[in-house]
Amino acid sequence: MAQIICKDLSLGYDSNVIVKNLNFTVNAGDYLCIVGENGSGKSTLMRTLLSLQKAISGKLEFSDGLTSDKLGYLPQQTFIQRDFPASVWEIVLSGRCSKEGFKPFYSKEDKAIAMQNIKKMEIENLKNRCYRELSGGQQQRVLLARALCATTKALLLDEPVSGLDPMLTNQMYELINNLNKKEKITIIMISHDIESALKYATHILHIGKEIVFGTKEDYLNSKVGKSFLSNWEGGLQ
Amino acid sequence: MSGIIDFFVDNANTLVEYITTYPFVRYALIVGVLIALCSSLLGVTLVLKRFSFIGDGLSHVAFGAMAMATVIGITDNMIFTMPVTIICAILLLRTGQNTKIKGDAAVAMISVGALAIGYLLMNIFSSSNNLSGDVCSTLFGSTSILTLSVFEVWLCVALSVVVVILFILFYNKIFAVTFDENFAKATGVHSEFYNLLIAVVIAVIIVLAMNLVGSLLISALVIFPALSAMRVFKSFKSVTICSAIFSVSCALLGIVISILFDTPVGSTIVAVDIIAFCAFYLIGLLSGGKAK
Ligand SMILES: Nc1ncnc2c1ncn2[C@@H]1O[C@H](COP(=O)(O)OP(=O)(O)OP(=O)(O)O)[C@@H](O)[C@H]1O
Ligand SMILES: [Mg+2]
Repeated sequence: MAQIICKDLSLGYDSNVIVKNLNFTVNAGDYLCIVGENGSGKSTLMRTLLSLQKAISGKLEFSDGLTSDKLGYLPQQTFIQRDFPASVWEIVLSGRCSKEGFKPFYSKEDKAIAMQNIKKMEIENLKNRCYRELSGGQQQRVLLARALCATTKALLLDEPVSGLDPMLTNQMYELINNLNKKEKITIIMISHDIESALKYATHILHIGKEIVFGTKEDYLNSKVGKSFLSNWEGGLQ
Repeated sequence: MSGIIDFFVDNANTLVEYITTYPFVRYALIVGVLIALCSSLLGVTLVLKRFSFIGDGLSHVAFGAMAMATVIGITDNMIFTMPVTIICAILLLRTGQNTKIKGDAAVAMISVGALAIGYLLMNIFSSSNNLSGDVCSTLFGSTSILTLSVFEVWLCVALSVVVVILFILFYNKIFAVTFDENFAKATGVHSEFYNLLIAVVIAVIIVLAMNLVGSLLISALVIFPALSAMRVFKSFKSVTICSAIFSVSCALLGIVISILFDTPVGSTIVAVDIIAFCAFYLIGLLSGGKAK
């Protein structure tokens, strides 16, 4: 079942168009990787999907019971005030906020889910620490745990592994893959790590001068895909 | 040594005597504590969301509204000041969200405008022959808390209770919206509603606090407890609890001192706040930010 449908979508800021004629569909259980160069508009697309900004034109539709309170989100950069007093526990638990509707307090279940995700991210020892005193990678894990708390149907991740060490990067990919395969959570992920993108994803959306959307196999056979990949490999050597 | 003890015993006796004899002293203590409590609760959110400038602007609006109420001849001027300030709070929040820089300028414009109009109105229409005294007491709240009518006391009590209950009920939401509004919005928290709620509550608190410390000193009541608590504590909950206790204790001490030594209530409370802030600053430095 299609969860997200984009038709002739144009994205940008104010009237400044950055991406034009975007067409794609995300089905329940898909694992979509969004790739493209810096500044091509990947984060802009994600912010539009999350209705944090308006599309300039075109149609963006959610269906199959997907609503914003069933989404989890990991931003590329979270601008948090330098002095903000907040413990890791408070932040992770706040991922459950929308699940409570107008109910004022967190339930036992909310707390159990938060604890479970803290364990998954291996940050139990940081639980009572102050967020702003953590390292960049540790902060990333906290925000991931929060995103996991919020998701029930789809998880949107903007470069989730940037700042994580290689061990945790692999664990992260496995974890996301598990969520996708076992819990049937739709994954939409922006990544510059094309190798892992190709390893796990079912679909690829390439944003740039040319826009390519299709299954992984389609993408590998497309002209854009081939040239992007060869550039990428060339860059490695 | 015994001199110091005598000094305290004497003053304690005077205080007890005042409290038992004069109802307005009791009112001042009750209302003072409640207002201090309310204004400290949202302090953290205000400071962190960069809303503190809105608080400042609103206090000037409240001053203008109060002047207008006096001119029109409304005796319980809270009835007039409250809605005007709430409407301005909502307007300021709207403009502040659209474009950042213009929002700042809008706040400055409205607040300075209200201040000027307020003074002008008082100047033209005031029948009192002690105009500067009147203006001074609205700005610095010199005696107004000791002259509250019974109606105003009850209104203060009722509104404070409402503010505290709202804060407790929406505590988790307020945290989520303050910490990361984008995430909250993206995952389906009605952040606009909560921003509106925060703005309305700020307006209510400012009008209430105007009785205690006057319109120029309100920001102090909101900002000092939050900043002090943030020196020492590192989680949202502990900072909130600490600033509530801080604010209430400072207000109590300030009111008591001002009654005993006949100093202006508002500035005495703020002076106590400043001293306590310095103490917390030192504690923060000494503990090296290790406390939780
Ligand atoms: N707030 C903004 N206002 C105006 N233009 C913006 C804003 N944010 C980004 N842009 C512009 O939009 C374009 C796309 O930005 P976006 O952040 O979506 O890129 P991206 O694909 O996520 O890049 P990266 O790989 O570096 O994360 C860029 O050219 C950028 O300059
Ligand atoms: Mg980006």
